[in-house]
Amino acid sequence: MTPLDITTQLLQVLCALALAPAFLGWVNQCRAWLQNRAAPSVLQPYRGLRKLLIKESVLAENASSLFRFAPYIVFGTMVAAAAIIPSMGTGLPMSLAADGIALVGLLATARVFLSLAAMDVGTAFGTLGARREMMVGFLAEPALLMTLFVAAMISHTTSLPLIAAELTNRAPALYPSLAFTAVAFTMVLLAENARIPVDNPATHLELTMIHEAMLLEYSGRHLALMEWAAALKLFNYACIGFALFLPWGTSREAWGPAGLALAAPLLLLKLALAGGALALIETVSAKLRVFRAPEFLATAFLLAVLGLLVHLLLGD
Amino acid sequence: MGFTFSYLNGCLAMLLAWGGIGLAGLVRPRSVEFAGRTLFPLGALCGAALAALAVASLAVPAEQTVLPLGLPGLPFHLRRDALSSAFLALLGATSVGVSLFAAGYFRRGEGTAPGLLCLEYHVFLASMGFVMLADDAYAFMVGWECMALSSYFLVTTQHRIPEIRSAGFLYLLVAHVGAISILLGFGVLQGGSWQFTFDAMRSARLDPAWASAAFGLALFGFGAKAGLVPLHVWLPEAHPAAPSPVSALMSGVMLKTAVYGMLRVCFDLVGAPQWWWGLIVLGLGLGSAFYGVIFAAVQTDMKRLLAWSSIENLGVIFAGLGLAIVFRGSNLAPLAALALMATLYHCLNHALMKSILFLGTGAVLHATGERNLGRLGGLIHRMPWIAWLTLVGVLAIAGLPPLNGFVSEWLLLQSFLFAGRVPESFVNMLLPLGAAVVALCTALAGYVMVKFFGVIFLGQPREPTLAQAPDGGILERLGLLWLALGCLALGVLPVQVIAMLEPVTRELLHLPALSWGSRWWLLAPPAAGQASYGPLALFALTLLVVFIALLALRVSIRQRTRRGPAWDCGFARLDPRMQDTAEGFGQPIRHIFEPFFAMHRELPSPFDAAPRYRVAVGDRLWTLLYEPLAGIVRAAADRAARLQQGRIATYLLYSFVTLIVLLALVL
Repeated sequence: MTPLDITTQLLQVLCALALAPAFLGWVNQCRAWLQNRAAPSVLQPYRGLRKLLIKESVLAENASSLFRFAPYIVFGTMVAAAAIIPSMGTGLPMSLAADGIALVGLLATARVFLSLAAMDVGTAFGTLGARREMMVGFLAEPALLMTLFVAAMISHTTSLPLIAAELTNRAPALYPSLAFTAVAFTMVLLAENARIPVDNPATHLELTMIHEAMLLEYSGRHLALMEWAAALKLFNYACIGFALFLPWGTSREAWGPAGLALAAPLLLLKLALAGGALALIETVSAKLRVFRAPEFLATAFLLAVLGLLVHLLLGD
Repeated sequence: MGFTFSYLNGCLAMLLAWGGIGLAGLVRPRSVEFAGRTLFPLGALCGAALAALAVASLAVPAEQTVLPLGLPGLPFHLRRDALSSAFLALLGATSVGVSLFAAGYFRRGEGTAPGLLCLEYHVFLASMGFVMLADDAYAFMVGWECMALSSYFLVTTQHRIPEIRSAGFLYLLVAHVGAISILLGFGVLQGGSWQFTFDAMRSARLDPAWASAAFGLALFGFGAKAGLVPLHVWLPEAHPAAPSPVSALMSGVMLKTAVYGMLRVCFDLVGAPQWWWGLIVLGLGLGSAFYGVIFAAVQTDMKRLLAWSSIENLGVIFAGLGLAIVFRGSNLAPLAALALMATLYHCLNHALMKSILFLGTGAVLHATGERNLGRLGGLIHRMPWIAWLTLVGVLAIAGLPPLNGFVSEWLLLQSFLFAGRVPESFVNMLLPLGAAVVALCTALAGYVMVKFFGVIFLGQPREPTLAQAPDGGILERLGLLWLALGCLALGVLPVQVIAMLEPVTRELLHLPALSWGSRWWLLAPPAAGQASYGPLALFALTLLVVFIALLALRVSIRQRTRRGPAWDCGFARLDPRMQDTAEGFGQPIRHIFEPFFAMHRELPSPFDAAPRYRVAVGDRLWTLLYEPLAGIVRAAADRAARLQQGRIATYLLYSFVTLIVLLALVL
């Protein structure tokens, strides 16, 4: 564990914390442009967080301590996840402690706590959101795992930095297996981050909502943590995508500090492009009925399994 | 006779002590206080001693002894090796928590008298331990039958309820069909030597066809005990019928004796398993895991839900076992060690976490008198101890880091992932698909557990009577706390646990010692690429972030918190009946996996004065497999009944003919 590794680690976590709301703001801005609306500033999510943080928190009368504690756990797991995804550099001390499978486990922990907290007050919307979130989750989680497995089988390890490093070392060629899983991963990203076509982040009071339904009873600092965690989740998913499908430019241990200096602007560029692509997908697709969401996710799961089969048939 | 200490004698003494405690229950059979306050805690103490002895003896070479008991010329042979020790440790450690809980659990007037219950309970414990120590087929079957019978009596504690009687009968039937199959399996394994000691079976050289026959019989017999689909039907009936501590033991420990038996037969008695056996076990395991979890998701009875979840977990265990057999048969010992470790680890995990959940339902059942999820809710306020301790089990069984369920899932997925070196290429293609099924089942288990915990403990109470529910007593809390701490320890210290269990894989696979961790906190199995998992570091990091967030918010902003009515999007009236019921929460699963369920819906017509909507979910295997089978048995019985005329002359004729035939055979 060199000082550079520790710097990379710290820098990466702080970057994730700082950039995640901006990335969300950027996606919203792109979407507004594409839909011919006046765009809110990229900084809008920060203003929202600040507002929520200073407001008082109103708890429902029968909320238990699980309800109060859940935002911290969800936030904590998302930050921990940000620490193990090689978004800027591959020399991450924390990535020893958690590989790709553990990352999926961490994300599942956040989902379970979010759903349990949503059921805690006992409103119709909360339980409905929790049920739908778990429905999305039980199909999206294995699809994500399969996506990671394809990359893991190509690089013979489940450690994310090693996967990123191994994929960078290879000549930039199109792997058919990775192409399948990239599509699957994009679908999982949309579903897990409550984006169109599975959920609509812009609506409340609609019978089709999932993520927002779970947060309805939260307010003040608890809501701020939940919103921040949601932004971090989107950021994390984008970075998982970069590590698996666009690993070039991630700093290597051998490159020294110069590698980090190169990786940071490259990450910004990738995020900008990914945000634009995400906004485009959301603009051109329509929201699915909730009953159709499992089909969408089953398609993602089958595509990921297909990617695995293609890898096994064609080899590396 | 000189008495020398050996771990085997020590373990045996603990089993005898259990038997003695059980008999002591008969001294004052009607006294709840005597059984509960004295005998059950003593039993827990014996369990702790047994666990300590077993753990200490894991790395000790095998010990054997012959008991001067049994039929003339057929004494009981006993043997303790690493595999026995591992399962004895599981039995002992789980029984501590369950016995402590049981000490506070049993009440007056619940069917069987407490003293008798104490006898049955401790005989059940001792016979499970005896099965794990047996070294000849005779002793094994005696232990196995004692286990089946004592648990049958425990299941039918409330024998005045007809459903419980029929559940008990079904359990007894399946247990005996399985036992016959195991007995036949031993018959094949002795290989013509007519020696029924396990030593003779180890040295018998079976040709592959006979070895496969023995494997098939063992799989059927042990599969019936483990509840593998399609032999699972007894499990969702028997587990809910039994008192909760008994359900915990049956699910947590008794099902593991089947895993023990399979490991004993496949890796020890047969010697060298063939790789294609593993594919069968793997297929059955994955099928059971999937079938179990989707049925668990649609249950409305909390104990039945847990029973189906046991089918799922045993399926996962058998999947790991199958994988280990495939690798062992293909001479890939390091990979086999990884898969076998995942199997053993999951056995331990499941024993602890499923016990927590069953005991938690027991406490809820006693406090509310309600097993139906649709009439519970909001109990976290009234029963905080039970709720939070159950939450540990819930998170563990959902496979979430840093608890123990995730460790075995991680090991299992790693062994699936790096399987690509089996000589048969089509197996190479199939195995990663197994990983997909395991991933799906784990995610579904999360769904099931959110439903289980959310509907029972969270939300608003669905019935007004729940407001008086008392929290569990001190003994109940202690029992659950022990198990929850076990879950946490197994979760954050995998390297130490694996180092303890390693003699088992070494012994079964004839491997040299492997290093499973690069540091004391970092699990890095040799066969798993360069991947590693350090739950302690991950846990510490998450806690650090939580702590910093708490501190930063406290320092930087003036925290104000107010209690108010639930907002609920501005709807004025909030009613407990607006929450999802258990049926409602399971609806997506029912919708997505509809072909697997036998569903019976009753829909109201638009003009009904009192509209009623009802849906019942049944098991298709009942109508597809069991009812035809029962029909055949009944028809055969009817045919056989024609022999019975009721006239004495006919019976005399039968005797005469039999005599003639026998004489003809002898002469």
